[in-house]
Amino acid sequence: MDSVLRAENISKSFGPIEVLSGISLDLRPGEIHAVIGENGAGKSTLMRILSGHLAPTKGNLYLNEQPITFAGPTDAESHGIVLVHQEILLAEDLTVAQNLFLGREIKRFGFVDDRTMRERTRGILAELGTRIDPDHEVRRLSIADRQLVQIARALLVPHKVVAFDEPTAVLTPIEAESLFAIIRRLREHGVAVLYISHRLNEVKAIADRVTVLRDGRHIATRDIEGLEPLGMARLMVGRDMSKLYPDKPATASDQVILSVRDMAVPGYVENASFTLKHGEILGFGGLIGAGRTELFEGLVGLRPSLGQITLRGETVHFRDAREAMAAGIVYLSEDRKGKGLLLQQNLRINLSLAALDKFTRGSLIDVGAEEKALDGAIKDFDIRTRSRDLLAGQLSGGNQQKLLLAKMMLLQPRIIIIDEPTRGVDIGTKEQIYRFIAGLAENGLSVIVISSEMQELIGLCHRVIVMRNGRVAGEVAQADLSEDSIVYLATGVHEERAAEIAAGHA
Amino acid sequence: MTETVLRTGAEKRRLKIDMRALSPFIALVVLAIAGALINPDFLTASNILNVVTRSAFIAIIAVGATFVIAAGGLDLSVGSMAALTAGVMILTLNSLGGADVGTLAIGMLAAIGLSAACGLANGLIVTFGRIEPFIVTLGTMGIFRSLVVWLAAGGTITMRNFELRELYRPVYFGSIFGIPVPIIAFLVVAAIGALILYRTSFGRHVVALGSNEDVARYSGVPIWRVRTLAYIIQGICVGIAVLVYVPRLGSATPTTGLLWELQAITAVVIGGTALKGGVGRVWGTVVGAVILELVANIMVLSNFVSEFLVGAVQGAIIIIAMLVQRSVHRGR
Repeated sequence: MDSVLRAENISKSFGPIEVLSGISLDLRPGEIHAVIGENGAGKSTLMRILSGHLAPTKGNLYLNEQPITFAGPTDAESHGIVLVHQEILLAEDLTVAQNLFLGREIKRFGFVDDRTMRERTRGILAELGTRIDPDHEVRRLSIADRQLVQIARALLVPHKVVAFDEPTAVLTPIEAESLFAIIRRLREHGVAVLYISHRLNEVKAIADRVTVLRDGRHIATRDIEGLEPLGMARLMVGRDMSKLYPDKPATASDQVILSVRDMAVPGYVENASFTLKHGEILGFGGLIGAGRTELFEGLVGLRPSLGQITLRGETVHFRDAREAMAAGIVYLSEDRKGKGLLLQQNLRINLSLAALDKFTRGSLIDVGAEEKALDGAIKDFDIRTRSRDLLAGQLSGGNQQKLLLAKMMLLQPRIIIIDEPTRGVDIGTKEQIYRFIAGLAENGLSVIVISSEMQELIGLCHRVIVMRNGRVAGEVAQADLSEDSIVYLATGVHEERAAEIAAGHA
Repeated sequence: MTETVLRTGAEKRRLKIDMRALSPFIALVVLAIAGALINPDFLTASNILNVVTRSAFIAIIAVGATFVIAAGGLDLSVGSMAALTAGVMILTLNSLGGADVGTLAIGMLAAIGLSAACGLANGLIVTFGRIEPFIVTLGTMGIFRSLVVWLAAGGTITMRNFELRELYRPVYFGSIFGIPVPIIAFLVVAAIGALILYRTSFGRHVVALGSNEDVARYSGVPIWRVRTLAYIIQGICVGIAVLVYVPRLGSATPTTGLLWELQAITAVVIGGTALKGGVGRVWGTVVGAVILELVANIMVLSNFVSEFLVGAVQGAIIIIAMLVQRSVHRGR
């Protein structure tokens, strides 16, 4: 079958760094083509090249077998290639209809024609099988509905190729199911769908063909028939998955260091209770928005919270992060760039910020001591930077995470709460971070890992507590750790059942 | 390969940051040369000392503004605050009636105390009211100005005791080792300011807060305290500027300190402090204040532009300085 869009030997370099090399890919009308790969494998770059957001450094694109270069995303759109972005890019204060037609308003006598736009919006949304009110402000919509609006906006232009970038990252299985129905409907209309994801079960359920990328290289393109999620994972990682995680240290004791009872963070969390033991790595699983982050932000005083916290037998309540730090509890935010590091400041200032008291002599900062601490951190945490004068924002995601770890470890905490420890981190650094976390537990510290990556929770933690809708849904002991058990608690639906729903057999 | 990239990037950046820190000094030299070419009287020691002396009030206030702005805030009330402080100080001196050093000291303490209290009020309202500093200080600017008009009953508040005026006079007109006292005052304030901003945890916290409030909060920085203290420092700087200002005219009027906020903020911005916070340059600020006075001086000495347009030129300078900052930032 002829391809509608074909990439031939596409390479992309940013400066001397090649992030994509020699990728070839063809998209056929009426197929769902999944592109899978680890973080940093080059999926998003490839998609941005195909949709005209980036120009390839080398290689050619062919549209209906005619060579083509896109001047930009608008040019690509005019050729029928649209991208549904991973982040929600909508103006929150405008209505659904206003957002749909933003920048391409329908006009009558020079004034915007709200009535026509509202009717067309209603029509498009109905086609997508949703009944969102076109007059609702986007601010009032759920994340899933916002994504539908974003899809509707993308589909407003005539389209031959639709690319989805990790569309289910923020959706529950039920919401994902309706998204898959939409994608299948597109396929029936002869549209070529490019589907980027690292959720392999999902890919198995929806894709016709799969292309695997690793480290910017093309590894394989296979029909989905006969390719199981485990096989995909092996292709993605390119080695035995089990090696990624260190052996779990046998340090988890019966001694409780922290116990939380009936914790509530207004608007996010209710009735959360759990205990943490010495030398334990305790996982917190659940869907995005289940209240995990808010629970721990409440615990360390970054949000108003109620409930009883007992630390080493004493009742405590933290009014801000400083008090929690003084008590030996640190929280590393999932939002490294927004809440973890000062991107515009250098490594030294970032490193010492939380523990500045340790670097003051009299009332003055001892820069020499700071420099020495930075040397130590670069060595101990293997922060890869040739120049020490870099700004934190110039480090890669993995090195930023190491710097954040180093910064918080300067406080010599007893309890370390790490939110999404490996988000946006390459696979080599992941391994280092896992080993580091295991090392903390071996030294008798207690670690709480909040993660949306189930494999991570299973591979790393002694015990996993799963949250759902702001409540603790249950706990999975080490012996019972499996994706199925976590998904069941996170969604209230067994994974086979979720896969069935996703596959449309419900 | 990655490391090479990082390295060249860093070198380029360092060069640019140097440029950014140096640019006010370069501008100062260029202006001085221009001034010398336009009027030979410009480069005389007396004229230069005069210019720097005149810039002292703004420079001292602007050192405080560097803290507020580096912490991501803004204080529009400094001009009115200076007028109110000057007025209350003179009224205090008049009511004490003495002509001795003790009287003067009490008056000075009253001035510093009042301005610090004004700064505290700004800081507390911004911090605990969670209101934009622009709005808060716009409000207090009106309040302070109105209070001084009320105290002066629309007229002028003048130091009545002539002996006290004579005693106080050297603080503006005197000099030590040939250097006028106001210049010494502003150098001392700048040096202390630089020490606090660059070398203490509080200074580091100011920069962190202005860089990213969330990161500061998540890092355990006591942001309420840091922010309020920045406004108090601004207040104290206004108080010190008033101490130097009052002996000059010996009076306060409803127009005292008019547009000083514009000049202080302009000096800070010319100096390379980022208006969005996160970067503070005390010495750049000082140079910025001198540049403003230099421009006014050159306008007076030359006949190109009427000196009545000084405000317009200073207004234009802040806009140009922002454009330069923007383009340097983009180039990164």
